[in-house]
Amino acid sequence: MTPHTVTASHPARRIPGESGTWVFLFGDMLVFGAFFVTFLVERAKEPDVFDAARTTLHLGVGVLNTLVLLTSSLFVVLALTATRTGARTLATRAVVAAMGCGLVFIALKVFEYVSLAGAGHGPGANHFYLYYFILTGLHLFHVCLGLGALAFMATQTRRDELGATRTALVEGAACFWHLVDLLWIFLFALLYLVS
Amino acid sequence: MTALKLLSNRAGVTWLILVTATIVSWAVGAEHRTGSAVAVLVLAIAAVKVRLVGLDFMELRHAPIPLRAAFELYCVGMWALLSGLYLWL
Repeated sequence: MTPHTVTASHPARRIPGESGTWVFLFGDMLVFGAFFVTFLVERAKEPDVFDAARTTLHLGVGVLNTLVLLTSSLFVVLALTATRTGARTLATRAVVAAMGCGLVFIALKVFEYVSLAGAGHGPGANHFYLYYFILTGLHLFHVCLGLGALAFMATQTRRDELGATRTALVEGAACFWHLVDLLWIFLFALLYLVS
Repeated sequence: MTALKLLSNRAGVTWLILVTATIVSWAVGAEHRTGSAVAVLVLAIAAVKVRLVGLDFMELRHAPIPLRAAFELYCVGMWALLSGLYLWL
């Protein structure tokens, strides 16, 4: 076996999607990283306020939303794999299932917002809630953009054959959805468990 | 059956690990005092989960080394930075 032989267990190294997509994805990850840092800097000024406010969040809903996004990501992996193997019906169903998970996430988030605001824990209550609404609101905006990316994926999974450019676009859309999942993992830990 | 076959690969196992890690972090992190080292553990679990999402869902495990290294650095860097800010600010 030569060093360049490609096997099933050691596929050739390749960039998922367009390389430009990764500039955008890393940029987004760094921007959110800066938000996470800002949140912890603000927390250091009022640790007891943040800790008390954290316990008023719906932890069970936060856990459920994490599981919903993880499951949606698995559906997206399934959709991409099915697209590559030509299983168009399965790919379309998997994308639709992922979009369904996204809608469940939004519904649960709206429930949390309404419930918190109703209990007097709106964005103006203290700095914890202000950051909670800003950070989760920005993430929710990403969920909506991600649903758009998944809708694009759904239009491509029905095609008989995808060229290299379209395949890269579909991979990029899938990676954006995984980014939404990735950012939520840090947000869930910071807001619901750590602060 | 096709879906089950497709999910029996690494991504399916990764999903199970991610779900388990979420429940573990919930059990560990739900109740802890301000300034507790438990927060560092919760952040470590989050960083490991993010790494798995990147490697197995975003397919960075077999990406060119610079791209994969940048991602690994992000995971470790975020954990170290956030833990440091939590403990020492």
